[in-house]
Amino acid sequence: MASTLGTAQAPPVAPVTRGETGRARGRRGGSYPYWFYLPAAVIFTVFFLIPTIASFYFSFTRWDLFTSTWIGLDNYKTFFEEQALVIGLRNTLIYATMTAGLKVVIGLLLAVLLTSKIIARGYLRSVIFFPVLVSTIGVGLTFTALMNPELGLINKALAVIGITGPDWLVDPQLAIFSIALVDVWAGVGLATVIFIAGIVSIPSDYYEAAQVDGASRFYSFLHITLPLARPAVATVVTLALIGGLRSFDLIWAMTGGGPGFASDTIGSVIYKQYQAGFYGLSTAGSVVLFLLVSAIIVPLTWWLNRHEVD
Amino acid sequence: MKNTRGIVIGLIAIAFTAVFFLVPFAFIFIIASKDVASANLLEFSWPEQFQLFENLKQALQARDYLLVIAFINSFILTIASVTGLVIFSALAAYIWQRRPSRLNPVISILVLAGLIVPPAVVPTIWVLQKIGLFKTMPGLILIEIAFGIPFCILLFRAFMSTVPRELDEAAIVDGAGPLQVFFRVIFPVLRSVIMTVIILQSVFVYNDFANPLYFLPGTQNATVQLTLFNYKSQFTTQYNLLFANILLVVIPALVMFIFFNRKIVEGMAAGSVKG
Repeated sequence: MASTLGTAQAPPVAPVTRGETGRARGRRGGSYPYWFYLPAAVIFTVFFLIPTIASFYFSFTRWDLFTSTWIGLDNYKTFFEEQALVIGLRNTLIYATMTAGLKVVIGLLLAVLLTSKIIARGYLRSVIFFPVLVSTIGVGLTFTALMNPELGLINKALAVIGITGPDWLVDPQLAIFSIALVDVWAGVGLATVIFIAGIVSIPSDYYEAAQVDGASRFYSFLHITLPLARPAVATVVTLALIGGLRSFDLIWAMTGGGPGFASDTIGSVIYKQYQAGFYGLSTAGSVVLFLLVSAIIVPLTWWLNRHEVD
Repeated sequence: MKNTRGIVIGLIAIAFTAVFFLVPFAFIFIIASKDVASANLLEFSWPEQFQLFENLKQALQARDYLLVIAFINSFILTIASVTGLVIFSALAAYIWQRRPSRLNPVISILVLAGLIVPPAVVPTIWVLQKIGLFKTMPGLILIEIAFGIPFCILLFRAFMSTVPRELDEAAIVDGAGPLQVFFRVIFPVLRSVIMTVIILQSVFVYNDFANPLYFLPGTQNATVQLTLFNYKSQFTTQYNLLFANILLVVIPALVMFIFFNRKIVEGMAAGSVKG
């Protein structure tokens, strides 16, 4: 308190704040009141923090929203033993790594292309980015039609060049990969614009110096663009992994987790168990997802940021 | 010579994007314009009988104008959530940036958690039910605000640090109260970032599927994303209407993009880097 008083002492100004003791005590504090946090804090606490914390308790119970019975680790056991749910876990990891990897590689290539001296850059950037804004359900339903094995445009186009297209969403082995491809189609635009922002911020002197030294384009890319666009790579990887691990909308719109449960992810398992009335099990799924996301994202962010400092 | 190279690569890129990105949208438009029989063949060919407007009309009228109700629901949800997000996040970001205190590291952690941690669905329903907001529009609006706040606070805070302190200090010396300083002096200066937040969050909330699915079930409550999903089973024998529906749902996003292309792209790039 004493120090606060000290800063507020500049005496002639104090009376202006109407002499109230509370005001005079900390002019700075009074002008930036803590209660401005209140609406955000209340909403965030009630609708995000409390449910998140409560999920840990309820995941150990059999629960019908009104009464809960403690059953220890049973829900988790089910989650890691039942074939249908284990597949969900595996698919989540496949889906997240595949979408993140492809978004980085394709996004980076597109960004390099769109920052080089070619025509129609504005148009190209818009076209690639637009799907980011389109409803995931709309994208999912459209591609479900396009990926239809007999009637779908994709397999018909492949047939023209003599390739027999696969049964994209019908083949249990393939379904999750097909959905991941659609996810990349819809999301690569965001990765591209993040990479473009990263590449544009690299000073052109570096490239000029490299050119003077007779470096090839590929060499410049490898030794200038790639290391200096590292923060952008970190951002894209983190975002894509978070999105991929949580994925639900697109899968639900395209296959509903099918055929059977071949393309289930944790996200769709949570919904299915909720629908079936297994609230405790569904919540255990939420906790597993929470732990999985934290276990991957937290060390990754730490690692990526550490290297940034070096 | 350098230019020819740029033109050639540009043309190749245009051809590629046409195949990969324009064809799917053209496909939506074409199927939405066909009659039932030919639409169900899913062929990428110009409709023999162009009936886009009848299809749109039929899609809107289906099930007692359910899609029209859904559009109204979606707009209410979007407008209310985005308004709340803008005001509450700006207020919090203002104090967070202007008044360093022991709370600051706590807030950083909470914001980070909010960005990373997937919401726990059933416990959220449990909370909503306890306070009587489950299956209500206000409940869903508060959910959208709660999930969107971390991202918006970060955007506001980053921008706030570029607003000179002298601005609020001058107003404070003039005897303005904290609310006056915020709404009369700070809020107007934030205009550009407010626009970014409004545009980005409108797109997110409007396109949101999972939250309305969980927290606002019931046919009369459906948002457009939900109707689209429900029509999936209903219209599998009427692809023209399904795609007319998709077209109608995509149009608001397209309109936003045409008007705010730059703002959206910059905002998303900036927002994700800060996130």
